[in-house]
Amino acid sequence: MSGMSKIVKTISNIAFPFVMIYGLYIIAHGHLTPGGGFQGGAVVASACAMILVAYGSVWTMGKIKEKRLSILESVGAISFIVLAFLGIFIITEGVFFKNFLANTNLMFGTTVAFQSTAANINTAGVIPLMNFAVGLKVIAGLFAIVLVMAYATSKIKEGKTK
Amino acid sequence: MSRRDFVAVIFFAVVAVFLIFGALKMHPFGPVEGQDGFDAEMDDHIINNAQEETGASNTVTSVVFDYRGFDTLGEATVLFTAVAGVILVFRRLKK
Amino acid sequence: MIYNIPFIAVAALILIGLYTVIFKRNLIKIVIGITLIESGVNLFLITLGFRKDSVAPIFTSNPDVSQTMSLPVPQALTLTSIVIGVAVLALMLSFIVYIYRHYKTLDVRKVVGGDDE
Repeated sequence: MSGMSKIVKTISNIAFPFVMIYGLYIIAHGHLTPGGGFQGGAVVASACAMILVAYGSVWTMGKIKEKRLSILESVGAISFIVLAFLGIFIITEGVFFKNFLANTNLMFGTTVAFQSTAANINTAGVIPLMNFAVGLKVIAGLFAIVLVMAYATSKIKEGKTK
Repeated sequence: MSRRDFVAVIFFAVVAVFLIFGALKMHPFGPVEGQDGFDAEMDDHIINNAQEETGASNTVTSVVFDYRGFDTLGEATVLFTAVAGVILVFRRLKK
Repeated sequence: MIYNIPFIAVAALILIGLYTVIFKRNLIKIVIGITLIESGVNLFLITLGFRKDSVAPIFTSNPDVSQTMSLPVPQALTLTSIVIGVAVLALMLSFIVYIYRHYKTLDVRKVVGGDDE
């Protein structure tokens, strides 16, 4: 598909960082406010789809090949599985998916009392790290689906009748 | 009206009767604890203990990633398989 | 009966989706019907987790923490179901593009292979 006019490209350039910051805020604060990895990843993928529609699929595929998006998605999936396996190996008597950073004094491990309404981002153990891994996976996956579909149908339409 | 259409209408009518009868006989929307056969013991344990055990103030996220993290692993696998399938179909189509 | 309106809405969504899957010929309309059935099932899952006079189960900046809260487990299961619906929809649409390239038509009675009537 070809791109749109100059006005649409300029407004997409201005709006894209704001939507991306909003999506990354939803991913990062997943353990405090409603949201998390899947919801924030869908918001950022919508911003990337807006750029794809404004600039055309041929130009976007020239800048970002789908091989790099596959590598990003695989990094997200592998880091999610490694975080799950660390629950077995790091502490004694660990199980699969154990939250080994909660209620300790390491990276994300401040204790939270029952029925406290303070929003401290330094809590919740291994949950924010899992949010980042799943968010990266969802962003790369949804953007790759939209990009590959748009590029392939444009190549079909321009005269390759089989 | 051929035979296939006749069987389709009968099937649709049977499913419609079952669904509407079931929707009218469900418990009322917003049950009270103890009445209407409603028991929420597991969820009450999660609401009362999630902040001390996991440290997250959002109980839905603590259920998705800590108490039921294995389901999230299955969901990530489904998403990965769907993306792989879409790229595979369009790689064969581009040649 | 006025207290059962969400369940009646679930039954209506599933029936409209089922009608579209059975009685329509265009492939894209059948895919839209499948998505409607999935939306009905997701609404049913969330409706099961509501108690009388309850709020969202989140403790951050909550003005009154002694109020009863909704059940968090059905909301987590609905999240998984929505993501699986998106994945299945993407794969179905890519198969429709593949079928159109081969058969040059979107009519499901011609694609299936001749048992018309």
